[in-house]
Amino acid sequence: MADDILFLTELVGLRVYDLKGRRLGLVKDAAIVPLIHPSRVDRFLVGGGWAWLTVRYDQIRSISLDGIYLKDEQLTPYHSDEYMLRLVRDLLDQQIIDGQGRKVVRVTDVTFAIQHDPDGDALSIVDIDIGLRSVFRRLMQGVLPPRWIRRMQTIIAPHSIAWEQCSIIEADPQRRLRLNINNRILEEMHPADLADIVEELSPDDREAIFETIDHEVAAETLSEMEPDVQASILESLETEKAADIVEEMSPHEAADVLAELEEQTSEDILEEMEKQPKAEVEELLEYKENSAGGLMSTEFVALPEDATIASAMEALNAHEELLESLNTLFLVDPNDHLKAAVPLARLFTAAGATRLQELASEPLIQVDTEEQEDRITELFDKYNLLTLPVVDPEGKLAGVITADEVISLLREK
Amino acid sequence: MLKRFRYQILLFLSVIGPGLITANVDNDSGGILTYSQAGAKYGYLPLWTLIPITLLLIVTQEMCSRMGAVTGKGLSDLIREEFGLRTTFFLMIALVLTNFTNVIAEFAGIASSLELFHISRYISVPVCAVAVWFLVVRGNYRSVEKIFLVACAIYVTYFISAVLLKPDWKEAAIDSVKPIVMFDTGYITMLIAMVGTSIAPWMQFYLQSAIVEKGITAKEYVASRIEVVVGCILTDVVAFFIIVSCATAIWAHGPKDINDAADAAVALKPFGQYAYLLFSAGLFNASFFAACILPLSTAFTVCEGLGFESGVDKRFHEAPEFYWLYTLLIVLGGGVILWPNFPLVKMILASQVINGVLLPFILIYMVLLINRKSLMKEWTNSAAYNAVAWISVAVMIGLTLALASITVKQMMQESASAAPALAPVAQMQRHDAGGHALKTDARESRLAHLIRQAVGIGKLAN
Repeated sequence: MADDILFLTELVGLRVYDLKGRRLGLVKDAAIVPLIHPSRVDRFLVGGGWAWLTVRYDQIRSISLDGIYLKDEQLTPYHSDEYMLRLVRDLLDQQIIDGQGRKVVRVTDVTFAIQHDPDGDALSIVDIDIGLRSVFRRLMQGVLPPRWIRRMQTIIAPHSIAWEQCSIIEADPQRRLRLNINNRILEEMHPADLADIVEELSPDDREAIFETIDHEVAAETLSEMEPDVQASILESLETEKAADIVEEMSPHEAADVLAELEEQTSEDILEEMEKQPKAEVEELLEYKENSAGGLMSTEFVALPEDATIASAMEALNAHEELLESLNTLFLVDPNDHLKAAVPLARLFTAAGATRLQELASEPLIQVDTEEQEDRITELFDKYNLLTLPVVDPEGKLAGVITADEVISLLREK
Repeated sequence: MLKRFRYQILLFLSVIGPGLITANVDNDSGGILTYSQAGAKYGYLPLWTLIPITLLLIVTQEMCSRMGAVTGKGLSDLIREEFGLRTTFFLMIALVLTNFTNVIAEFAGIASSLELFHISRYISVPVCAVAVWFLVVRGNYRSVEKIFLVACAIYVTYFISAVLLKPDWKEAAIDSVKPIVMFDTGYITMLIAMVGTSIAPWMQFYLQSAIVEKGITAKEYVASRIEVVVGCILTDVVAFFIIVSCATAIWAHGPKDINDAADAAVALKPFGQYAYLLFSAGLFNASFFAACILPLSTAFTVCEGLGFESGVDKRFHEAPEFYWLYTLLIVLGGGVILWPNFPLVKMILASQVINGVLLPFILIYMVLLINRKSLMKEWTNSAAYNAVAWISVAVMIGLTLALASITVKQMMQESASAAPALAPVAQMQRHDAGGHALKTDARESRLAHLIRQAVGIGKLAN
């Protein structure tokens, strides 16, 4: 096998020799300092006799399975340091997030590349190993000679994740900073995937992630979670932070989450929120959970009765944030009374001057805010609806229920 | 994790939590038959063990649920993180082997309960194995779990039976508080089995996962503590009435071993012609219930500890190790039963002894974990808890060693007495001349004899 890789299981226990070829001791652990370099092993902790010594990466001449040979003897005693990620202590056997596979995995071994340089060899982390092959290496470590293990392991399929795709989980926010853990990997994930990952973590780790990721991502992720997990996360956060996240959610989802919380906590969070989202959420909180009012979202596009396609396009441009899930436009009279519902797709086949009213679907299906959920799912089924407008007792458009809300409702049953 | 243990997310879990489910699964086929055997062979005598067993059960289960609530991690997760892969690996091997015997026991329970109605095990076991596999993998399990749980009410029959049989309550009461130890293989085996069945190792992993699953945090934990304690007491109240029923209905007419389900069903004889039906229904329900949980919990625990993907919501190619382990446990566990003339009840009892042997090792890791400040913060064990746990570890290891040494000595004795017609006295004299090894054994059995005489249970023949 190639001589330019090394496993952590092999590195630990490797002999370290000084300039004259005398044995100084054995490698006990290795550390990276992410603030300096994200993958290069910066320090080797060498145990010999009573104390541990620290060997810096630039003090090494060569690294191979036969041992580590130094080129400098100015070694310092080991002292713990918060900026250091110790691979055996902090990484091995711990959980990390696999950004590529979008799941939580446990580190069984680490693969390094040995970089041969005229100045001396250096190690850098290439892969995190998680499969059976690495389990085999761990079990055989110290039992069989490393070269035998390398030869024997080839019958087992490898299973590794590239180091750049990994995100370390660290509950202590200060240490997160010191270890330079950024949330790029998490924030680039689909919120639904991130939600699945966070649900697998322990409460402390969840809290840490929510404290540090972007509010908008946090809000989207929270929306994808089970109600009881949502509640426990918001309760664990600082009220101010929780309010920031809830503000980013749609009023409908925010109301759902707040309804799950204990009354005091939910009031505290509302108190911290900005005026406008707060008012909308409070209004929605008034409705019963399983009534149309409790299910509806207040994010919709309503246009005057005489609107044309051109004015509709204008309105859509102004509501870009809604576009991803929008499929129906509503027409209301000057008093906000619901008059018609227009499927978005019909706009594409009509001329620019056409009035929206001519494109409206017949009959107009609508429900009252008090309508029960059973009746609502029945309507969706019967009329094959994508959206269902909800009107208040005076006939004013109050919100819409979307098909995905009905799907969640049915899945809960 | 929420999605992995799919069946855990049940609405009714908010009312009946992990503590009560665990308590009921605790009285599985192994539980019912071990307690029956204890009562049938030793009468009221084993009742005294129930108080210390309850205490230890409360202590272990409370520790598990506390660890789950505080760390939000499963027991095998914690062992892996704190003790490394090799320790986890060997512990998991031991757990898989132990749990495998328990899976066999559950299928043996299914087979023997249905054999009371002349349903051949060659039909009942394959059908139930396939049913279990699909129920769990297809996720329909959660809809039937409720039925199992309600059906556990059938244990009330033991209470009614015990009352109707008019046991000697005075003797039962005295024996409940008077510890009696005998240096006798059968008795020590029974003690280990009783602890092993009440405080099964796999139960600790299951309970902790269930607590984590339910998302109970350290703050809400006080409520589940109550539930866990109630569950533990309930388990042993059921055990009490099983032992009393069996003691009155069977042992009082002469101590005997339980060899099949029909023997154990005698305990319900006040129900006349319905005794078989009730016993069979109870045993079947308990066995099937546990057969649904045990293989899944084992596969889940092992994969979690070793870092493999797990969960019934994963597809086969996403979590091959999980599905293989889960399927093999069921297929082999059920398959062993189909071996011609496989001794069902003996296997069930033996599996509980193995539980008892593994338990102290799991307990050691639990106590070490729960006393780590870095994990548990202010929730570490109190001194009293540690004392109970360490004493239990010592007692269980002591019992296991005693059992092992007695068994070895007996084997030596047997090979020694293979020489024709040796009267006990002659044997003793011979050993006086030959060595001291067996002399102590003779003294021990004399001691056991004295104790037995002292407590007036001379009818306990070896």
